[in-house]
Amino acid sequence: MVIHDVIIVGGGLSGLRAAIAAHDGGLDVGVVSQVYPVRSHSGAAQGGINAALGNAEGGEDDNPERHAYDTVKGSDFLADQDAVEVMTGMAPGIIFEMEHWGVPFSRTKSDKIAQRPFGGGAFPRTCFAADKTGRFLLHTMFEQMLKRHIKVYPEWLMMSLVVNDGVCCGLVGYHIPTGEFESFQGKAIVLGTGGYGQVYARSTNTLINSGSGMAHAYHAGAPLKDMEFVQFHPTSLIGSNILVTEGARGEGGYLINKLGERFMKKYAPKVVELAPRDMVSRAIQTEINEGRGFDDSYVLLDLRHLGKEKILERLPEIREHSIHFVGVDPIVAPIPIQPGQHYSMGGIDTDFDGQTPVPGLFAAGECACVSVHGANRLGGNSLLETIVFGKRSGEKTVQYVKGREWKPVPEGVFQYALDIVRARVAALFQGTGQQEPAAIRAEMKETMFFKVGIFRERKLMDEALKRIAELQERYRHLRAIKGGKIFNLDLCRAYELRYMLDLAEAIAAGAIARQESRGSHSRLDFNKRDDHNWGKHTLAYPTPEGPRLSYRPVTFTKWQPEERKY
Amino acid sequence: MNVTYTVFRFDPSKDKESRYEAYQVPVREGMTVLDGLLYILDNVDPTLSFRFACREGVCGSCAMFINGSYRLACQTQIKDLKSDRIKIEPLPNFQVIKDLVVDLAVFFEKLEKAMPYLVAAGALPEKERLQSMEQRKQINEVIDCILCAACQSACPQAWTNKDFLGPAVLTKAYRFVGDSRDGAQRERLKLVAGEDGVWRCHSVFNCVEACPKKINQTVAISRLKRKAFVQKLKFWQRDGATNGRKVG
Repeated sequence: MVIHDVIIVGGGLSGLRAAIAAHDGGLDVGVVSQVYPVRSHSGAAQGGINAALGNAEGGEDDNPERHAYDTVKGSDFLADQDAVEVMTGMAPGIIFEMEHWGVPFSRTKSDKIAQRPFGGGAFPRTCFAADKTGRFLLHTMFEQMLKRHIKVYPEWLMMSLVVNDGVCCGLVGYHIPTGEFESFQGKAIVLGTGGYGQVYARSTNTLINSGSGMAHAYHAGAPLKDMEFVQFHPTSLIGSNILVTEGARGEGGYLINKLGERFMKKYAPKVVELAPRDMVSRAIQTEINEGRGFDDSYVLLDLRHLGKEKILERLPEIREHSIHFVGVDPIVAPIPIQPGQHYSMGGIDTDFDGQTPVPGLFAAGECACVSVHGANRLGGNSLLETIVFGKRSGEKTVQYVKGREWKPVPEGVFQYALDIVRARVAALFQGTGQQEPAAIRAEMKETMFFKVGIFRERKLMDEALKRIAELQERYRHLRAIKGGKIFNLDLCRAYELRYMLDLAEAIAAGAIARQESRGSHSRLDFNKRDDHNWGKHTLAYPTPEGPRLSYRPVTFTKWQPEERKY
Repeated sequence: MNVTYTVFRFDPSKDKESRYEAYQVPVREGMTVLDGLLYILDNVDPTLSFRFACREGVCGSCAMFINGSYRLACQTQIKDLKSDRIKIEPLPNFQVIKDLVVDLAVFFEKLEKAMPYLVAAGALPEKERLQSMEQRKQINEVIDCILCAACQSACPQAWTNKDFLGPAVLTKAYRFVGDSRDGAQRERLKLVAGEDGVWRCHSVFNCVEACPKKINQTVAISRLKRKAFVQKLKFWQRDGATNGRKVG
């Protein structure tokens, strides 16, 4: 058994920041990660991270309160306003700390951290390092972790959480390169396991974003909150759905339909392309649905007027991705784009110190739902969330671990958990059915994108839920998993698939129940926001019959709901 | 259209020797080498092992030896290989864990030897330090390194000297040495100018050719050499060894 004071699960920004905070607070920390930390999905974030620094021209009057208001309005008034104020208040300090740690931010003419406009923000507030902000933040965080000699367990997949007497005390890990199982014991466990993008077709997310970490928390007793809110990013490359940063529009890019119109003028006359993501995605999909797209599947993102110099300085990787993956050089031709699943506003229910309702279990970043994003996240707020709440979670574990008397956990608890996981894995190897896990995964992804997608209605979502139940049934009849102990992808993917289906079910169930349109949850059969009945968070708990839903009020501090116009 | 993938296979738990296995992969427009491997995994042979994550050339997971060149599988369009036969092998000169997966533990351990983190020069201001775009340009290329280890695998010095830090690790060192904000140049140069550091590099440029991010590691290393040399000279100068002549 591996023992640390705190076990962090996930080597992305949230996990590493939590690890650093716990380490700096005097705790012994171990980081369990499915991949080497620098491979984590945080590194794919491009456009930037929000903080009211006021560095950009025209941004001088920005402040954390205005950042909070924009975030709350962007969330369609579902975010908890106290949590949002915590996040935006800490934002400048977080950016300065990352700069001090070495992030190579792009700079203004006066040598300060450069900032660009992003959707839904009143000022240019998004601090950036070209279009590689997430990668530089992740590598810098990794460097700070190396500096502290924090122990990392790379290529360990979490197979289950261990709960004793209602208190989370560890997890069962599977070492992918050797196929060995091991239990990890900690007084506190912090999940920074990311989102579930791969539950959807057309996701911008990395291929390892199964979301299984969220599902493990769900089964360990922590409810999933607001799962029906799924962000679709307006601009992903056709075919691969690789992300094209919002920064491309922040720098001045146009969206163009088949008629050559800048169609966003119709949908958001004041801010045009810089409306929040939910609105821009709906606008693009509407253009496509009404026959003004190309091949019924995409529109164009035109950057040509920005000029070669600006594209090369500010958006070099967007250019490379366009060339590599769609064969288009944005200096000379517009980029074909379509909306793609991008981010989960929902996640494991936490407070703004990362605490879940299960003592000892913490979560931060995309896997968690504080909630600071409500029904729609603003671009540039997710990188911020990972670092703010990663740090706060790590700091909270220090208080949690040091503030208690600790009795040893009976050895049998871990043995039991290990035995269960071993039995589940053995059962997969001995499967006698005919079902292909890859086929189930593909059907789940298509079902979720087309039936619980950008525009939703009862009939399609009912079909989706029924289909997911069928897929869960088919999962019980998988063919035998093939291969041996070493680096068995067939096993890892089949094992995670079960948890992805759980998440799909929670998303669909929450979406069917919520009879209104709010943020990313846009229903054709209930096309208005309904604050009276639905100004509340959804909480999903697992039962043998599927998710049981309950609700919790939203926390308001300064801002009452208003109509969301841009 | 189909292409034939010829893939290196080796499972040390049961195979005595490695072998190559051929797979037919149907190609569609825009398909990458990684897409083809995923096609095999999902439809033909679930026992195949390889690493992947971002599928967009930014995470560094899928560096492989493809038709005799170092490439990221995800960043390589099948049609760009201009061949209906694609031979895929793991990164040479690393120990194979299974099939296309190599053991990178040695690589990440070496990285720690280069003091791979920024050390503040002087007291930190309350806000950000100032840095001009001109100063940042010094490191603009090297910060693109995604630690995929392709260059480390391609370096002939690393083949013969197991302790040689290697191009990726030295490039990481230069990322800080070249950063106007760093205050640990002397210590870091000392670390990389040792026996297993920059002087082992004979500027063969294999690393540059292997790099999927088009970084010029050899130039970064030669800059480290120059700085290390100047530092040595300054040391001698202080001791009077240069007869008072100004150097550096």
